[in-house]
Amino acid sequence: MSDFQRDPRSTPEPVLTNMWRIRKFEEALEELFARGMLHGTMHLSIGQEATAEGACGALQPGDYITSTHRGHGHTIAHGGQPMLMMAELLMKDTGYCRGRGGSMHIADVASGNLGANGIVAGSMTIAAGAGLTQVMKQTGRIVTCFFGDGAANEGSFHEAVNLSAIWQLPVVWLCENNQYGMSMAQELSTAGGSVAARASAYGIEGVAVDGNDVFAVHDAVAAAAHQARSGGGPTIVECSTYRYRGHSKSDRNLYRTQHEIDEWRDERDPIARYEHRLETEGLLTVSDIDRYRRVAADDIRQAVQEALQQPDATTTDLAESAYA
Amino acid sequence: MPETSTYAAAVRAALDLLLRHDDRVFLAGEDIGVYGGAFGVTDGLLASYGADRVRDTPISEDAIAGMAVGAAITGLRPIIEMQFSDFVVNAMDPIVNQAAKLHFMYGGKVEVPLVLRAPGGGGTGAAAQHSQSLEAWFAHVPGLKVALPSTVQDACDLLLAAAADPNPVIVLEHKLLYKTEGPFTLPASPNEVTEPLGRARVTRPGTDLTIVGYSIMAARALEAAELLAQQGIDAAVIDLRSVRPIDHDTVRASVTKTGRLLVTHEAPQSAGVGAEVITGVVESDALDYLLAPVERVCGLEVPMPYARELERSVIPQVDDVVAAAERLMKA
Ligand SMILES: Cc1ncc(C[n+]2csc(CCOP(=O)(O)OP(=O)(O)O)c2C)c(N)n1
Ligand SMILES: [Mg+2]
Repeated sequence: MSDFQRDPRSTPEPVLTNMWRIRKFEEALEELFARGMLHGTMHLSIGQEATAEGACGALQPGDYITSTHRGHGHTIAHGGQPMLMMAELLMKDTGYCRGRGGSMHIADVASGNLGANGIVAGSMTIAAGAGLTQVMKQTGRIVTCFFGDGAANEGSFHEAVNLSAIWQLPVVWLCENNQYGMSMAQELSTAGGSVAARASAYGIEGVAVDGNDVFAVHDAVAAAAHQARSGGGPTIVECSTYRYRGHSKSDRNLYRTQHEIDEWRDERDPIARYEHRLETEGLLTVSDIDRYRRVAADDIRQAVQEALQQPDATTTDLAESAYA
Repeated sequence: MPETSTYAAAVRAALDLLLRHDDRVFLAGEDIGVYGGAFGVTDGLLASYGADRVRDTPISEDAIAGMAVGAAITGLRPIIEMQFSDFVVNAMDPIVNQAAKLHFMYGGKVEVPLVLRAPGGGGTGAAAQHSQSLEAWFAHVPGLKVALPSTVQDACDLLLAAAADPNPVIVLEHKLLYKTEGPFTLPASPNEVTEPLGRARVTRPGTDLTIVGYSIMAARALEAAELLAQQGIDAAVIDLRSVRPIDHDTVRASVTKTGRLLVTHEAPQSAGVGAEVITGVVESDALDYLLAPVERVCGLEVPMPYARELERSVIPQVDDVVAAAERLMKA
């Protein structure tokens, strides 16, 4: 759907359009959920669009990502097709996972999206292994591993980052610090307070950036990706961001104030900030901005329409599906 | 002319073949390089293939297994070692939640061709955290396959079959078997072993009763059968070789002839593989041929103790199998 190597300065059109696609996709999910058309739960990344888009836009074709339970944005930013992801959520046979995976397991391995993961930090060691493949096959490709602030307190974080450092694997560890792991605030859960600061313990670089600033995310990931690609090993890039919606569908928001949510949304929204900069720096006109927003909305509306037409997931070959 | 080998050397020969014939294959595990592995299985492979393909890892079981999943889905064929099978506990997420599920969960669009080797079983005096037989855990997980060689030849052949399989396969070797010797023919190439996983083997034909075992208990069952023969009892022995999938047909066919069934494994009896083997018989027509209640000879329901006699009492021995067979013949 989108090209790689999108730069928020020189190619704002796909960057802005993608950020809107992510938001519109998830708003569409909310609506479908409210209408009872989805099954189970889901984790929305509304408010975090700059990290997904900023990071993936800095990658090259063929580069890999691993994703998380909050992964719709990663899939869209990595070039996945909203229609196929929507079809998956709508329990269609033509969805990315044929209705076997759902929201938490969207993957498109053929295109380098190694998959969302229902296990917190579950993809971190997988990312290390994918990185090892790039080294052993000398592909020149890299792996970007998205993980949350909560994931940084799993043992897997330590094992994976340590392995990536001693083996100098081409991995960008992309922490989306949205301030909470479910209900637990990052400052309560995380000794030392910073995920990026942990990098020094592994002898690798760690950078902390404003994750709601698509320029900052793009630049940090571009630098980390360049270093990884040229054999310089892994980097932790910690992006400070915020999710506006509840953790999942069961969240009553008892652990934070409405004031806090409003403040992030009204003053630091990644899309509004990007649009403001595009306009004030003369990178795009207001009418261009409006147009790209409409393009994104139309894309998603069409994806929903098409997805609804798809054939339902089938039990026909289900019993034989556990093995290749 | 078959030569002889030890079980450990046969595993090593299989690894050597795989490394030689497929440059996507690499080994990873704790102390598998210059140390040669805790049981010497990978001895010498580092010298032949280098540190890139015979990878010493930090003591990070979770990362070893998860790394293997990531490498497998991006085009390599990792063969990883857990130093003791007990340590898979530290790697259960990548094995059970990732390796076993990705093919299914991602709509059949990815394969996870990895092999996890681990030494299991007791009898070494290593006590409760270094002696377990955990095959039933893995046998319970759709998406995994589980093989347990009992012979020198199978130590090689089952590993080659596991490496050829597009699914994640757990191969549980038995520590007490590593030094055993037996006839061995080294395949010329990995492709020479064409039998897929999941086939049991009748290692001794017999007409009076059927003894089903795997891993070291398949070997002890053969010894027991020799002793029984001296009393005029003609026992058939089946080496299951794989506990997921289980070759129920071979067991049923034998029970149909003998009418008596004895199942044995070192793992504790409750919720063990034996229950599944027996169920495979009683839910088929072979049930009609049973002349007596079935017998199980399994590990005691306690963690493995240290002291020699205590350990011996927990692990089924040849005598226990003989005694159970005698009971079964009188029933
Ligand atoms: C191993 C594991 N433990 C707990 C959970 C339940 N859970 C799912 S997401 C989540 C919070 C994760 O926080 P974070 O990594 O910060 O990601 P975020 O949800 O904030 O995007 C929890 C506790 C899980 N899925 N996996
Ligand atoms: Mg979080």
